[in-house]
Amino acid sequence: MNAHDEERMKQFLKQALPPMGDAEPGRDLWPAMLRRLDARPTAVPWFDWALAGGLAVFALAFPASIPVFLYYL
Amino acid sequence: MRDGASNVLNELRQGSPATFNDAFETLFRLHQRTVYGWLLRIVRNPAAAEDLTVETFWRIYRAHARFDPTRGFEAWARTIATHVALDWLRTQRPETELLMDVAAPPTGDPAISDEIRRKTAEAFSRLAPKLRVAAVLAVVEELPHKEVAAALGISVTAVKVRVFRALRLLRKDLQQQGITP
Repeated sequence: MNAHDEERMKQFLKQALPPMGDAEPGRDLWPAMLRRLDARPTAVPWFDWALAGGLAVFALAFPASIPVFLYYL
Repeated sequence: MRDGASNVLNELRQGSPATFNDAFETLFRLHQRTVYGWLLRIVRNPAAAEDLTVETFWRIYRAHARFDPTRGFEAWARTIATHVALDWLRTQRPETELLMDVAAPPTGDPAISDEIRRKTAEAFSRLAPKLRVAAVLAVVEELPHKEVAAALGISVTAVKVRVFRALRLLRKDLQQQGITP
């Protein structure tokens, strides 16, 4: 494709897809944003998962500790 | 550049729940029009651009800790918005897009018929999204290659290559349909 073809294709493209120019949303998007923020999943910190995993491993390794653990809850 | 948006993002970093909504609403209202306009240029669909504006600010919210104030908020937001738009374009089927482009009133060169315009728009919708984004921003919207490169996170040379490839593939597609540009 030479420079002339390239320019011609640019013209075709500009004719097929006119520039959008400045535009604004047709509605207030903040309510939709609030809904999106409210719908966010509750993130569980990684250390909570680590703590739960550690406790599970401990309980499996030392089952006798479970009643003691429950007593102190 | 230290701007109003940077200050708002700093407030978000401090994570005070009491001020969170106000700070984020300020940021949103300050920049929603710019982000929407940028997305509309890429996706060319007002309803989708509105939804993607919300998605962009959602990603901004999630990534606010990685914001670099020296880069400026708008450039950062444009990069995120471009990736949101690319993700959306990848999920779209070619024939469902560009409806408003085809319906747009013809202007300029009378030698280019409505049929050529329609076939060009259809051929363009069949290109890979990353080529389309580069071509639409650089050729249709006539933005500087440097700005397009920053938004896509690639070099200026890569933008030129993508634009050239897009035009070449477009020409090939049109030739296959019997149109000789």
